[in-house]
Amino acid sequence: MAIEIEKPSSVRLSKVAISKTHGEDSPYFAGWKAYDENPYDEIHNQSGVIQMGLAENQVSFDLLEKYLEEHHEVSSSGKGAPGFRENALFQDYHGLKSFRQAMANFMEQIRGGKAKFDPDRIVLTAGATAANELLTFILADPGDALLVPTPYYPGFDRDLRWRTGVKIVPIHCNSSNNFQITPEALEAAYQSAESMDLKVRGILITNPSNPLGSTIQSSVLNDILDFAVHKNIHLVSDEIYSGSTFSPSEFVSIAEILRNRNYKDAERVHIVYSLSKDLGLPGFRVGTIYSYNDDVVTTARRMSSFTLISSQTQHLLACMLSNHEFTQNYIKTNRERLNKRYDMIIQGLKKAGIECLKGNAGLFCWMNLSPLLNEPTRQGELELWNIILNQVKLNISPGSSCHCSEPGWFRVCFANMSEQTLRVALQRIHKFMEQRKVCSVNQ
Amino acid sequence: MRLIVPLQGVVQGRGGLIFGSLIPCALFYFLQLYLKRHRSPKPQSNPPSPTTSSPKLAEMTRTSSRSNLFSRSIGQVRISSRAISIAKPNESPYYIGLDKASEDPYDRLSNPDGVIQLGLSENRLCFDLIEKWMSENLGHSITGRDNGELNINGIATYQPFDGTMELKLAMAGFMSHIMGGAVTFEPSQMVLTAGATPAIETLCFCLADQGNAFLVPTPYYPGFDRDVKFRTGVELIPVHCRSTDNFALSITALDQAFNQTRKHGTKIRGILLSNPANPVGNLLSREMLYAILDFAREKNIHVISDEIFAGSMYGNEEFVSMAEVLDSEGFDKNRVHIVYGLSKDLSLPGFRVGVIYSFNENVLAAARKLTRFSSVSAPTQRLLVSMLSDARFIEEYIKTNKRRLQNMHALFVAGLKGLNIRCADSSAGLYCWADMSKLISSYSEKGELELWDKLLNVGKINVTPGSACHCIEPGWFRCCFTTLAEEDIPVVLERIRKAVENTTDLLNSS
Repeated sequence: MAIEIEKPSSVRLSKVAISKTHGEDSPYFAGWKAYDENPYDEIHNQSGVIQMGLAENQVSFDLLEKYLEEHHEVSSSGKGAPGFRENALFQDYHGLKSFRQAMANFMEQIRGGKAKFDPDRIVLTAGATAANELLTFILADPGDALLVPTPYYPGFDRDLRWRTGVKIVPIHCNSSNNFQITPEALEAAYQSAESMDLKVRGILITNPSNPLGSTIQSSVLNDILDFAVHKNIHLVSDEIYSGSTFSPSEFVSIAEILRNRNYKDAERVHIVYSLSKDLGLPGFRVGTIYSYNDDVVTTARRMSSFTLISSQTQHLLACMLSNHEFTQNYIKTNRERLNKRYDMIIQGLKKAGIECLKGNAGLFCWMNLSPLLNEPTRQGELELWNIILNQVKLNISPGSSCHCSEPGWFRVCFANMSEQTLRVALQRIHKFMEQRKVCSVNQ
Repeated sequence: MRLIVPLQGVVQGRGGLIFGSLIPCALFYFLQLYLKRHRSPKPQSNPPSPTTSSPKLAEMTRTSSRSNLFSRSIGQVRISSRAISIAKPNESPYYIGLDKASEDPYDRLSNPDGVIQLGLSENRLCFDLIEKWMSENLGHSITGRDNGELNINGIATYQPFDGTMELKLAMAGFMSHIMGGAVTFEPSQMVLTAGATPAIETLCFCLADQGNAFLVPTPYYPGFDRDVKFRTGVELIPVHCRSTDNFALSITALDQAFNQTRKHGTKIRGILLSNPANPVGNLLSREMLYAILDFAREKNIHVISDEIFAGSMYGNEEFVSMAEVLDSEGFDKNRVHIVYGLSKDLSLPGFRVGVIYSFNENVLAAARKLTRFSSVSAPTQRLLVSMLSDARFIEEYIKTNKRRLQNMHALFVAGLKGLNIRCADSSAGLYCWADMSKLISSYSEKGELELWDKLLNVGKINVTPGSACHCIEPGWFRCCFTTLAEEDIPVVLERIRKAVENTTDLLNSS
């Protein structure tokens, strides 16, 4: 969007409005534009761009549809007088108690009962995007900083910084240890912020990680929490992919770490969750903040007035998530299917000679194309990305848009399409790799 | 967990509400400033390692935190300055009353001694119509059936954050209908948000920087203080209106406020209007709209027109939208933005549906991107497309709603008249603006709050005192009548009478 040259008398917009912090001019979003203009379709547009840049979960829709089919009354918002009226009027920022209860139970189920959640500590927001922004407003002032490990979800640049005026200082991670966060890296980031005269107010981790597609180990979580205590700062754990771990035993939530410590130092910890990934319902706009800090809960609740969840949606989901049989089955089946997809893409890439980071969660894999770069720089990565987007016609996310310190890594989503489409994508990659081999042999 | 501040402390605080809250705030501010300057990072001793055995502590219980705010902030993990002010217990009678009413809600049968809620502008008069529509139509309207197959894909996946085109189209049609067909709304100029609350906030983020201000005529909707100021850092400058001309807005007053503010070094970025007005319920005339647009052009500022009550007309006056005036004259449209929502006219506040309607492409572009933080839920969008597209239903709804509003309004105002309480002239809204200044012991904010307290705690009715709406004249109260049934009106009147009977005796005897 071009900024027009403002005539002196033309009415002025705010700095927030004209700022580029929304980040929509970056390659991450440019790829989406290419997809929007020429979207792949199994039948009607087989040469179109396949969208592998959107972390959406479409593998378990049939389970949702089956539930709704069998529980018709759920989507009718309390057909018959008493339920509906109250529901339509309900705009209390505390949120529907039954829904909060259902969410707490769901979150406990995902963690195999290894953590307990109090429904009164749940604050509802219209999506995790709003939850992360809201927490940032609460934990930091304009000009303060949050530490975020790289590579990270490109949306954070916008969600954490745009309206809040808060800065992100990266905690650099690299492939030498599978991009794990180390105490040294934490300290280095903190020092870096101090040297820029920025007050660090908290750390924000995503566990399981986006874009890495792997869970954070228990010992690392303990290190991070210790660091937060030592520096007297907050710790936000975005656990939006917690239900998308392929094997339930491999995910450790910060809630478990706290439980093991008898909740000492818990008042600096806040968990973000949503139904957009695990339940594949991003359109519903359902996010939560779970905080162990009373002031944060109170403040977040009040601020959530700007981002309430539709009461109709709360009611519908309260019914669905209270159905134990449904949730047990869904969580289990969803994990299995994601695991299967993951295996499929990893094998396919391996056959094409491409290695990925060992992953165990999420809707994507972290692919290493650094051997293919003309030069081991961001420029080289973007050149390669351009080729993959425009020639191979796959929209994948370059590591640089995730602030990865090592060029050549790409995030590839595999759950937002049918198996058939994934096969087509893998064929295209295979063909591309074959052609490059031929080229390099001929040189 | 909510803490209710004892009313005693609020109402009877020495020096009144303002000093009662200003001095502690100032002290707190200075304390924070002191702490900020003198705090140095102190390396603590080794944090307890997870393997060290510690005394078995009980499962963490929530503690009452508010009283510990001072002590907790020293050495404890800090929250932002923005948050600190929001975390404070809410001292506004507007919110205190709402809490009290919701804790002990009146019910004619099951709780006849409960608090009657007249402080929340909610319309319950036409629910029967909506319920009937739901039961006849709901089956397929949410999940959707393509070729008889259940299809959740259409609503489950990521939707455009600023709303689907289908809903924008349906909304445009509805808004046009509500306003008597005098305006056509373009769906492409619409941005849908999760309620009018984020619509207002989003516009503030787009039109003003931290430290800038908007002019707002008083009395105004108490929620504006939150919507405009909470997170944006934008200020609201009141432009006082008086009962002598039925609280009409005057350009002179706008001009004075503009100049005063500018003298103090604060930049005014726009005017925030509500039309129909809340809490008074009067309308801006066509001439007034022209005058405001002229003023805005002269000062080069924006105009936000919150028209959320446009479909809640009961008077005979004609409602004229800002959009209609812009259509007809050659005004610079780039500075005008309209806010709307379904919480009042269609009685669906829980569904969270608001609209930003703007003529400024740059504002629309920015607002669209900001809707990712407050989008309308997809199943709700689908439901509403169905409902709003049902022309026959909408026609019947609008007609019936108007008729019932007229009826309730007439009954309620007549009832108040019987108690010698007169109301300001109004044509719209879900409330009336009642003059109870003769019933207060001292013609001051303190007197007004004493009466409010009596009405709430003795009379058990929650009304909104004018001071919460920043009204410059004490003694005015906003009373919402659309949460009542006809049978409730005598109950309300009786309770008012009882609550003030000693006062009037007192007044009579002196």
